[in-house]
Amino acid sequence: MTAGPVLELDAVTKRYPAQPPVIALDEVSFEVARGELVAIVGPSGSGKSTLLHVMGTLDRPSEGTVRISGFDVSQLNDRELAGLRATEIGFIFQQFFLAEHASALENVGDGLLYTGAPAAVRHAAAAEALDSVGLAQRARFRPPQLSGGERQRVAIARALVGHPAIILADEPTGNLDSATGKTILDLLDELNRAGATILVITHDHEIADRMPRQVELRDGRIVADSGVAPSGQMMRAAREPLVR
Amino acid sequence: MSASDDHPAAVAALTAHPNGGPAVGHLRSADMLRIASIGLRTRRVRAALSALGIAIGVAAIVAVLGLSASSSANLLTEISRLGTNLLEVTNGQTLFGQTAELPEAAPAMIRRIGPVESVASTGSTSASVYRSRLIPAINTNGLSVDAASTGLPGVVGSHVIAGSYLNAATETEPVAVLGWQAAQLLGIDRIYPGERIWLGGTWFYVAGILSAATLAPEIDSSVLVGFTAAERYLGFDGHPTTIYLRAQNNAVNAVHNVLAATADPETPSNVDVSNPSAALQARADAQSALNGLFLGLGAVSLLVGAVGVANIMVISVLERRSEIGLRRALGATRGHIRAQFLSEAVLLSLVGGAVGIGLGVIATAIYASAKHEPVVIPASAWAGGLGAAIAIGAIAGLLPALRAARLSPTDALRTV
Ligand SMILES: Nc1ncnc2c1ncn2[C@@H]1O[C@H](COP(=O)(O)OP(=O)(O)OP(=O)(O)O)[C@@H](O)[C@H]1O
Ligand SMILES: [Mg+2]
Repeated sequence: MTAGPVLELDAVTKRYPAQPPVIALDEVSFEVARGELVAIVGPSGSGKSTLLHVMGTLDRPSEGTVRISGFDVSQLNDRELAGLRATEIGFIFQQFFLAEHASALENVGDGLLYTGAPAAVRHAAAAEALDSVGLAQRARFRPPQLSGGERQRVAIARALVGHPAIILADEPTGNLDSATGKTILDLLDELNRAGATILVITHDHEIADRMPRQVELRDGRIVADSGVAPSGQMMRAAREPLVR
Repeated sequence: MSASDDHPAAVAALTAHPNGGPAVGHLRSADMLRIASIGLRTRRVRAALSALGIAIGVAAIVAVLGLSASSSANLLTEISRLGTNLLEVTNGQTLFGQTAELPEAAPAMIRRIGPVESVASTGSTSASVYRSRLIPAINTNGLSVDAASTGLPGVVGSHVIAGSYLNAATETEPVAVLGWQAAQLLGIDRIYPGERIWLGGTWFYVAGILSAATLAPEIDSSVLVGFTAAERYLGFDGHPTTIYLRAQNNAVNAVHNVLAATADPETPSNVDVSNPSAALQARADAQSALNGLFLGLGAVSLLVGAVGVANIMVISVLERRSEIGLRRALGATRGHIRAQFLSEAVLLSLVGGAVGIGLGVIATAIYASAKHEPVVIPASAWAGGLGAAIAIGAIAGLLPALRAARLSPTDALRTV
């Protein structure tokens, strides 16, 4: 089976209507192959969150093409995009966004809520995902009873519970101290080695430098991409950015 | 690629392409019910307070419908027990505004009308009545003294609850029978041999006490003596003031039409004719007019409750923007979000409606059993209460739910 890129962006532009119009993304093109761990790094306001929303089909680009698992996003209606998010994309946010009244297990199970999977299947998958982030012992805990790092690990388990084609993380360590942040980055590394495709957005070059590939964004434009090899093959070894 | 072994879902989606699109997001109805109840479960006090208006409104409506069903069930059996064929002839006013007099022969004339089954009459006297002769004469007590014919209880639908009524023998003697209110006011609740009251300057023996005369309540506060005795001891002139008669059921209107002319052939305009059971019916109607008022109050309370639910839903949508954004990111469609908040509003007012029905039934049961009426909760009351609650929840929740669904996921996620 020939597997194309998990994620393809081709000349993606995102304009926000304002006076004057804000060009948050300006002809952004890049690909993410299966199994990659990519950092998108850039200063505040460079368009990182906008890019994540466009890649995650939460927003449509003004121009250009986005493909996820081969699906051209512009060809899909809102309900199909929702289905794509339910099955193909996992999100991790800076603010965790966990339901406070629900247990860690239920929060993780919610990652499969909109796939229509029966409760028993969701619970089994959630227990497995919690185990893979090292929180099997905390399944019955509710978020207020967990530390910040543990909460983010619950959110990570929720993102990967459905085995999505790609996991998109927006500043996953932004609300954590640096030591806890490091354990989260170690976890993402470990999950990537186990096969997950992960794209991490950060403003922190130190974090980006840990990743096998860095894409640097400035004023809505890609100014450097360490991972694009001439053959189009990913280069896990290339840790030096092209432009610094 | 080694990764594909760990990503069966992704592989399945990839192999499905390009023949068809991806699977469309799907939410099980049990899960929908569960997430619709999140707001209620996590903010109980708020939910209880916002459902209160609807609970009160539904309780008012159920109680009003229940109470009126109970009392009208009671009234209907009462009316059919008493019969609807009683007619009442009273002396009216002359052209010059003076109190008219019925001819002495009027009862006998009326008895001669074909479809008339029975006739009785009373005539008011100016005598006063006291428990003893020591009470000063100025101290009137609101009781009237009337001459009454011997068939009166049977015609008006009353009976003696103690002692006996006037008969051919006692009708001519200083003997009195008390209406139930008169007995209460005189402090007489049992009949002792030799019991007397001071009536128009003479001692009268008390022979009996009558039960409530629902169709002729004026008798309840009367002290009744025989026509002959009234003329002999109280200076009564013998003219009746009220004539009660029963007509055949199918001829009530026909008899009604000829009564005035029969009672007073010379000046029929001096005669008033009425149908007491029709008046009772009118009282029941007046009661339902009062019900209309309470139903209106219930409706206003429901409206207030609806505004409360809408208000709480608007706040809930504002507060839960990030939850909405997260759900969209997890694969919820706009329809899922809309259905979630709409169901939450309906659930909220359903809880209010159910509590309201409970309160309404309890209020009806307490009130009706205190009045010894049957407890009747018409199906329309609780079905209407539940239906109103669902409708209100749907209407109140519609706009907030539409707003929640319209919220763009990026805007929802950016807010923190
Ligand atoms: N809804 C919007 N309307 C208008 N402009 C917007 C909107 N959303 C974002 N922008 C603009 O787009 C640009 C990129 O925003 P974005 O949030 O993607 O930046 P970012 O790289 O994530 O920044 P940060 O590191 O601070 O999160 C900014 O200049 C921002 O002001
Ligand atoms: Mg951002």
